[in-house]
Amino acid sequence: MEWFMWFTKFEHTQPLVLVILVVLFVGISYYVYGSSARGKRIESHKNMIFSDDDDKR
Amino acid sequence: MSSVAAASPYALGADRAAAGVEEYNFDIVKKFTIMTLVWAVVGMSVGVYIASELAWPFLNFDIPYIEFGRFRPVHTTSVILGFGGSALFATSYYIVQRTCQARLISDFAASFTFWGWQACVVLADASYMMGHTTSREYAEMEWPLALLILVVWVVYMNLFIGTIMRRKQPHIYVANWFYLAFILAVAILHVFNHLAIPVSMFSMKSYSLFSGVQDAMTQWWYGHNMVGFYLTAAFLGMMYYFVPKQAGRPIYSYRLSIVHFWALSFMYMWVGAHHLHWTALPDWTSTLAATFSILLLMPSWGGMINGIMTLSGAWDKLRTDPVMRFMIVALSFYGMSTFEGPMMALKEVNALSHYTNWTVGHVHSGALGWVAMITFGSLYHLIPKLWNTRLYSVRLAAIHFWLATIGILLYIVAMWISGITQGLMWRAYDQFGNLQYSFIESVAAIHPFYVMRMIGGVFFLSGVLVMVFNVTMTILQGKREERQALAAGGLAGANV
Repeated sequence: MEWFMWFTKFEHTQPLVLVILVVLFVGISYYVYGSSARGKRIESHKNMIFSDDDDKR
Repeated sequence: MSSVAAASPYALGADRAAAGVEEYNFDIVKKFTIMTLVWAVVGMSVGVYIASELAWPFLNFDIPYIEFGRFRPVHTTSVILGFGGSALFATSYYIVQRTCQARLISDFAASFTFWGWQACVVLADASYMMGHTTSREYAEMEWPLALLILVVWVVYMNLFIGTIMRRKQPHIYVANWFYLAFILAVAILHVFNHLAIPVSMFSMKSYSLFSGVQDAMTQWWYGHNMVGFYLTAAFLGMMYYFVPKQAGRPIYSYRLSIVHFWALSFMYMWVGAHHLHWTALPDWTSTLAATFSILLLMPSWGGMINGIMTLSGAWDKLRTDPVMRFMIVALSFYGMSTFEGPMMALKEVNALSHYTNWTVGHVHSGALGWVAMITFGSLYHLIPKLWNTRLYSVRLAAIHFWLATIGILLYIVAMWISGITQGLMWRAYDQFGNLQYSFIESVAAIHPFYVMRMIGGVFFLSGVLVMVFNVTMTILQGKREERQALAAGGLAGANV
């Protein structure tokens, strides 16, 4: 369990979390903008708020 | 509303209508909408009064219940939890049902959140006037009330997530993501910030589990993330639904909204320590918070541009539609506040701005300019739909817009000038190295701006009163039309 103690120090966990979040964010950005076909599919969701449109006025 | 289900624009599938069950629970949305306006009047009236107390201290009247120190948290709680909270409950319940095409999973739980939340705000306000406070910014309620809020919040979370889980749409619209992040983050923030030991089981008084700099860190980790997730992310959820709906065109870029969401979610949690520059905080913590505050500018402006560009090709709506004007001005203030915030998070700027009225002005350009304006715009869109009618007066909405805008400008300009004046006077030295001004001289110097701020508040409050009148007439008009429709239906039935 000695290795677990490494995680108890802020100076270790802060940069670790930072790296994880940056990698995740880059991954999300790639997912969103990396493929034009996927981009079109994602963009199509923006119309869903009008699919329930039965407003009379 | 159930009696006119078939006449409602949200009328349901024939089977559910026949069973007397509406597809959506709009009753709860109506209740929270009305309370949004009630709390706006209460909270902003108290705000104007405490602003007057600062300008003319005799208004404290030596009555402890209404003295500035006790009345200020009544103002902040009434506007943030009462006005803002009710608006978020109303719009989140409306949006999650409309975009998921599913009814809230429990009417009882929805009612519980309504009565529970209103009780929390009323009791918290009363407790502050009685002198009970933890003295934690935006979280002054003592432990019994903090527990009550937690119970209501858990029910709210369960209701919101449960409704998403029974959705008929495969995709979860991005507005719901923002609401989800808000609900989850506020739960975590509230629990950790309120960790405290009561003096006894039957005492309102408690002491924080943390001490010293850790206590300060916890408070401002909570404080700034309430700004980030409660006053920003949640109202962005409102924006991502109501701006496209009012504009009649989809959001400019759905992909940008996704990046906006994740970037905000990742970055906000790091920045709270910028409220504690030049204190006993470790220097690296302070620098980290300032760095992330600067980084936050990018997603914030991405979101602002996404909202404003939704109107691309239909800018004429700004001339003709005051509701759209509310929304676009709200987004402009969002952009301005999220530029000003990172700038104030820089240590050198903070050395001048901290503890001064500049901070108060910054908070109100966000709270009035962004939060309140996007709420007004959204409610002007929502209320006629809820009561199945038209807005009583578009002209009154336009008058409200100008009263609110002038009020905000007066407020923040007064606070900018007085804040920078304070900062400069406090740091001025004479030729002998002594402070050049006494504290009371800085108070005297900013007195005119306290009066100007109060006048700005009166403008803003007047706009709210105009809105209350307009909304009341809209609701009465909707009810009258509903009665007429029912009578006409009955007459037609009798003639058959």
